Amino acid sequence: MHDQAQKPGRSPSNVEERFVANVMPDDPTAVFSARGLTKMYRMGEVEIHALNGVDLDLYRGEFVVLLGPSGSGKSTLLNILGGLDVPTSGRVHYLDHDLSAYDEASLTRYRREHVGFVFQFYNLIPSLTAAENVGLVTEIASSPMNPREALELVGLGNRADHFPSQLSGGEQQRVAIARAVAKRPDVLLCDEPTGALDVTTGVMVLEALARVNRELGTLTAVITHNAMIASIADRVVTLSGGRIASIRRNAVKASTGSLAW
Amino acid sequence: MVTALQRKLLRDLGRQWAPLLAAALVMCVGIGAITMSLSALESLRRAMDSYYDAHRFPHIFAGLKRAPRTVAARLAEVPGVQRVVTRVVVDVNLNVPGLLEPATGRIISIPDAPPFGLSELYLRRGRFPEPGRAGEVIANEGFMEAHGFALGQDVAAVMHGRLQRLTIVGVALSPEYIYQIRPGELLPDDRRFGVFWIPYRELAPAFDLDGSFNDAVFAISPGVERAAVIDAVDGVLREYGGGGAYGRNDQTSHRYITDEMSQLRGMAVIPPAIFLTAAAFILNIAFSRLIQTQREQAATLRAFGYTTGQVARHYLLMVLVVACVGSLLGMLLGWRLGLTVTRLYTQFFRFPTLEFSLYKPGVVLAIAAGAGASVLGTYTAIARAAALPPAQAMRPPAPTDYRITLMQRMGITGVISPMGRMVVRHLERQPVRAAMTVLGIALALAVLIMGSYAHGAVNYLMDFQFRLSQRQHLTVVFNEPASPAAVHALARLPGVITTEPFRAVPARLRSQHHSRREPLMGLVGTPTLNRVISDREVPIGMPAEGLLLSDSMADMLRVRPGDTVRVEVLEGPRPERTMMVAGRVPTYMGTGVYLSRDGLNRLMREGAVISGANLTVDSVRGAELYAMLKETPGVAGVTVKDAARVIFRETFARNILIMRAFNLIFASTIAFGVIFNSARVALAERAHELATMRILGFTRREVLTVIAGELATLTVLAIPIGLVLGRLLTLYAASAMRTETHRIPAMIDPGTYAFGTIAIFAALAVAVLVLRRGIHRLDLIEVLKSKG
Ligand SMILES: Nc1ncnc2c1ncn2[C@@H]1O[C@H](COP(=O)(O)OP(=O)(O)OP(=O)(O)O)[C@@H](O)[C@H]1O
Ligand SMILES: [Mg+2]
Repeated sequence: MHDQAQKPGRSPSNVEERFVANVMPDDPTAVFSARGLTKMYRMGEVEIHALNGVDLDLYRGEFVVLLGPSGSGKSTLLNILGGLDVPTSGRVHYLDHDLSAYDEASLTRYRREHVGFVFQFYNLIPSLTAAENVGLVTEIASSPMNPREALELVGLGNRADHFPSQLSGGEQQRVAIARAVAKRPDVLLCDEPTGALDVTTGVMVLEALARVNRELGTLTAVITHNAMIASIADRVVTLSGGRIASIRRNAVKASTGSLAW
Repeated sequence: MVTALQRKLLRDLGRQWAPLLAAALVMCVGIGAITMSLSALESLRRAMDSYYDAHRFPHIFAGLKRAPRTVAARLAEVPGVQRVVTRVVVDVNLNVPGLLEPATGRIISIPDAPPFGLSELYLRRGRFPEPGRAGEVIANEGFMEAHGFALGQDVAAVMHGRLQRLTIVGVALSPEYIYQIRPGELLPDDRRFGVFWIPYRELAPAFDLDGSFNDAVFAISPGVERAAVIDAVDGVLREYGGGGAYGRNDQTSHRYITDEMSQLRGMAVIPPAIFLTAAAFILNIAFSRLIQTQREQAATLRAFGYTTGQVARHYLLMVLVVACVGSLLGMLLGWRLGLTVTRLYTQFFRFPTLEFSLYKPGVVLAIAAGAGASVLGTYTAIARAAALPPAQAMRPPAPTDYRITLMQRMGITGVISPMGRMVVRHLERQPVRAAMTVLGIALALAVLIMGSYAHGAVNYLMDFQFRLSQRQHLTVVFNEPASPAAVHALARLPGVITTEPFRAVPARLRSQHHSRREPLMGLVGTPTLNRVISDREVPIGMPAEGLLLSDSMADMLRVRPGDTVRVEVLEGPRPERTMMVAGRVPTYMGTGVYLSRDGLNRLMREGAVISGANLTVDSVRGAELYAMLKETPGVAGVTVKDAARVIFRETFARNILIMRAFNLIFASTIAFGVIFNSARVALAERAHELATMRILGFTRREVLTVIAGELATLTVLAIPIGLVLGRLLTLYAASAMRTETHRIPAMIDPGTYAFGTIAIFAALAVAVLVLRRGIHRLDLIEVLKSKG
């Protein structure tokens, strides 16, 4: 049963230790393990290989950036990892659970219990306040944070009672991050979280992600088009034409503050 | 060349086909109803007009005791009279083969050969009686068909005390008997009432009327004041025992047809208005939401340089496609229903030809109404979309503006889940739209109630009429006023258990400029057989003074209890008196006027004279009794209550129930359309939000709760409104559909309310299934690619 998967619960006391571990990575536990992952769309006569034989392991506590040209299959890969989509062939494991064998209901449970999502377009529920948007998720989680605590984490503790329409784009995105992390997910998957934002707001959002990764030790995978962002990652995975083109480990992780684009 | 915009139109139509089709169907129903009613009305009017014209339906009618034929010349000299035809008209007791009980034959004299001058016969089959051949008659078509008689059939009539054999040699229709009803009765009965035409030289001697006449009909010159001619004719005939001349509006057949036409006119307005309103509602809901989801598309079009007009036209075209589909289907439906309704009319109304044809101005009107309703329903939404500034499309997505609302201030939100809050906020956020949906559902429920109440109402009516009010088995009417001894004679007949005499005299009632011919019915103190029932459903006694008016008569004369009416008796010494209205009593059939028999005898300055009696009989001896009644000379007619009940059930009740079935189908279409549409549109509008929830790990069931919860909330809110609205609509419809002679009680039994409510919940259940399927089909990944 996948809900027996361990949660990488971290106490604040070993935050420093975690940070050190990330600089010199290789927590040997592969959280995700994909083998021969293929996603094919058939459009009449034409077959489109969104993914074409991807082998990839993602480890506990890592901050991974996915790079690649448009249409290279980044979103497809992330969606499969997040249980939003299923591969056409190949296997993907979350810990020792075979996601590729899951049905819709199990995938929903998997998402509910283990995955946090952040999207390019925030996808907040307009009829709920910031705190309530977070609450939407914490109420169905087993050991969530307090929604306000999650908002503090992204620096929006004082905007908890505002509706999305009363927040800027960057603020909305930080609420989305708070919503994603509030249930203490095991993995945080972000698809172009800064895509719709300007530099400063983009940096604030990345800072929020980095902080969550640092303080909670959540495996974080971020898709971006901005190679600069790659410098704050532990590892950078580049896709091209549905295949992994390269995997690079950053010897030194840059701080978010030093980013410019 | 199909432009990109036209292609978008087609694709949008394709994608939104279900809610748009629902709107089109409801519109179709409205247009169908208008088309049907107006076309049937027009067909009826045309058939009537051409029949009246070609067969010279008279303008004025007068009955009298007897006058020499020379008087005809005096009548012809009355200013304004164009033509006068005198004749002999008698009602006789008929012995019809195959019919146990006696029937009534109305025998009318005709000249030796057509034309007659007025009231020409339309000979359907056979021939006119040949001079010199005794006993040949023409019979009316209804009678022949009701008995399945062929030409050459014999019937026996008691003519002036002698049983005489009549051979039917022709089958005809007369413009005076398009609707054939025995005088003094409420329902047509072709089996027990036949009209026969016999040459004058044969009929007059048989009734000692040779060289005389007892009936006259008149055509008047165009543009002549009818009332003046009626008065003048009345003046001439008075000394000959004239029973009061009257115009077409008091002529039974004409009155029933015009009644029916006014009912049709009501039907052409009210139900279609409701259906079209509902269609406008549905379109409004569908379009305001469709356009809401397309705001940015509209703005983008504007940004590309499309004009406001082009964008508006784009969406308007979509509306018009819906209106066109609705109109086309509606016309087909109206045509089909019109055929059915016209066929129903041929049961009651005997025209040489009654052909249904689409009434083109009516169709145009219907389509204009449909297009008008759809444009009205969508106008604001389209105007708003077209006026959207192009910059809107360029701006980052602006989430809908939610604020702390009433519920929150009241602290209610604290106790409900975020999902519940989503429901409440969404409803609060769009109060107008929520209100529209509530109103739409309420309207649907109201129409369901209006559409189905008739069932309970007809049952009530039948119970009221045939059980509560009429407790007799038979009603016997004498040829001539008789002494109470005649009742004793009846009581001695085999099988007769109880008797209750009555006195009936023809009269005209007037109040200001309103006037009606209606027999005065003089009943014993508190009748136990022909009971008069109060609005509390208890039998009441005759007032010591004054009249009891049926509701319908009181309404026609515009009088209330305590008012007075002028009563002119049209028989014997023709007394006139002002009498008080002592009360009004509920009546669903007829326009009765009641008083005590003593009072009526006093008014007539006569002794304890009676006109007939109501009887209860032992059914075992029915055959024996009928056989005797058939040959009793003094008996003019016998009415069997059970036969009337059967006729009512098989004709009127059935027709009402057919109409009810139509209404019910219409109403269900609306109910389903509104709710289904709300569901579909909610789904389209909130797909993004729902998909987001699914991604966040909410199960399908949980997501369904949010969206179905909203619809269910609206439905529950709509139910009480719909029940009240349904009651009002029913009252309104019942009053619009009632005629002078027939009323359907606006009586809604609890079952009708329950049925409507259940039907609404059934529609809700289907809508929830639709939502469920929609949620199953949500494309989660698709959502992430768009701003929503
Ligand atoms: N539903 C679909 N039907 C057909 N092809 C699809 C579908 N979804 C994605 N694709 C194709 O799969 C390929 C990979 O898509 P994906 O969304 O993963 O790209 P991406 O790397 O995220 O691109 P971007 O950076 O532009 O977001 C693309 O070529 C895309 O056209
Ligand atoms: Mg992508």
